[in-house]
Amino acid sequence: MNAQKVVNLDYAAGKPVDPRVKEAMLPYLDKYYGNPSSLHGIGQEGRVAIDQARKKVAELINAEKNETILFTSGATESNNLAIKGTANRYKDNGIKIITSKVEHMSVVNPIKYLSTKGFESNFITVDKYGVLDLDVLAKEVDEKTILVTVVFANNEIGTIEPIKEISRIVHSKNAIFHVDATAAAGQVPIDVQELGIDLLTISSNDMYGPKGVGALYVREGLRIEPLLHGGGQEKGLRSGTENTAGIVGFGKAAEITKQEMQINKDKLTRLRDRLIEGLLKPLPYTFLNGHPTNRLPDNVSIRYSFVEGESMLLSLDMNGVLVSSGSACASKTLEPSHVLLATGLKHEEAHGSIMFTLGRESSEEDIEYVIGLMPNIINRLREMSPLTPKELNK
Amino acid sequence: MYSDKVMENFKNPQNTGEIPDADGVGTVGNPVCGDMMTMYIKVRDNRIEDIKFKTFGCGAAIATSSMTTQMAKGKTLEEALLISRKDVACELNGLPPVKMHCSNLAADALHAAIQDYYKKQQIKNEVKK
Repeated sequence: MNAQKVVNLDYAAGKPVDPRVKEAMLPYLDKYYGNPSSLHGIGQEGRVAIDQARKKVAELINAEKNETILFTSGATESNNLAIKGTANRYKDNGIKIITSKVEHMSVVNPIKYLSTKGFESNFITVDKYGVLDLDVLAKEVDEKTILVTVVFANNEIGTIEPIKEISRIVHSKNAIFHVDATAAAGQVPIDVQELGIDLLTISSNDMYGPKGVGALYVREGLRIEPLLHGGGQEKGLRSGTENTAGIVGFGKAAEITKQEMQINKDKLTRLRDRLIEGLLKPLPYTFLNGHPTNRLPDNVSIRYSFVEGESMLLSLDMNGVLVSSGSACASKTLEPSHVLLATGLKHEEAHGSIMFTLGRESSEEDIEYVIGLMPNIINRLREMSPLTPKELNK
Repeated sequence: MYSDKVMENFKNPQNTGEIPDADGVGTVGNPVCGDMMTMYIKVRDNRIEDIKFKTFGCGAAIATSSMTTQMAKGKTLEEALLISRKDVACELNGLPPVKMHCSNLAADALHAAIQDYYKKQQIKNEVKK
């Protein structure tokens, strides 16, 4: 095999840090290493930088005040803080927590945990595109409901949820509305005030900032319980000495993302639609997962009948293309993705799904390369498969 | 994650396809679980003269199918029945633990094909009587 190029189409799994972000972080690793809680110079430099980062993140989501942004260790912590922090604070008002069937595990598992501690959980169904059923939601949200948490856009299938409509239903019963915007923030505009969001999770790495940093927006006046108790940082909601360099990087990433969102969105949408068209056209029994138009600009999730995801992933990897699979065989649990199953796919259909996620570095050349590779990969695996109808293998 | 031997067998699997006039056919697994394979054998003088497979599944499922056919080819039926899942995994220089039970089905498919052969022979003999 010749020295081949590497085409990363797995940006959702991890993104490189933007060089401008890296540059902004460096002084806070050595020069201003002090503790932001200290009153002397090197600590105070950090404090000022953290507050500037807070402003940048607040501006990205049009938060009403900079102080509504709490920095955390990432989206998993933000989701845990939002869900458990609300449940613990408002357990005397009700015990019901509602979510959708297409959530990330860092939402699913805190809710499952709470359901062992006396809370009731309800996972609302979605349609074949992964869009939450608003009628079912309206029936389920009641006086006992303290929290509704829904993903802004699912990371596996890209479908964007009707957040404003959901907010209206949730607030009609005075419940609290948390949105996990990990995959969406930075890709599509989010205005927490206009949409009516009480709590919002965002992650730094998803916008080309460093890993290990995230934020939770907590609407002005809303009170929740902390997960971590200690020195009282982040208004007592997230104790622990701040990760100054990480937070500064996150702030810079949020600033760049806001400035360049439209350009990136247009570019990725064009590449996305070309990839979808180029993958669906040449091969029969090939389908798009998720919503055809109302989806994240970076997400292409495709399902091929009669073949299994991991063998596609390995075949692409042999050609230098990096992707993720919706199959059990590439995961730790041996269960296919719960998100794909929630959209009504059978197990064997979910097994045959692969996910391409584009990034800022993606080019037309990358997309054409993958489009060119796929028919041979699929035909080879289909020839080997006992499930393939005879007429396909001629 | 996979050994070079597994990758080699995934890239260039041996003995893929069907035998239209097979003497024995065995299918194990289930597409719902993500792995399913069919083995076809041609038997002559109590030996596996030819063997082919069709597999739906992950890299390990395809590699174990390929390896099993190579191990079984030319063996007597009794010898082939002794090939275990563990032998196949060893021959591939190991499999990741999570793949040991779900994707390592090829030896079972081989045994099923041999049992199918025995059953058909029995029927043939009965018809002769």
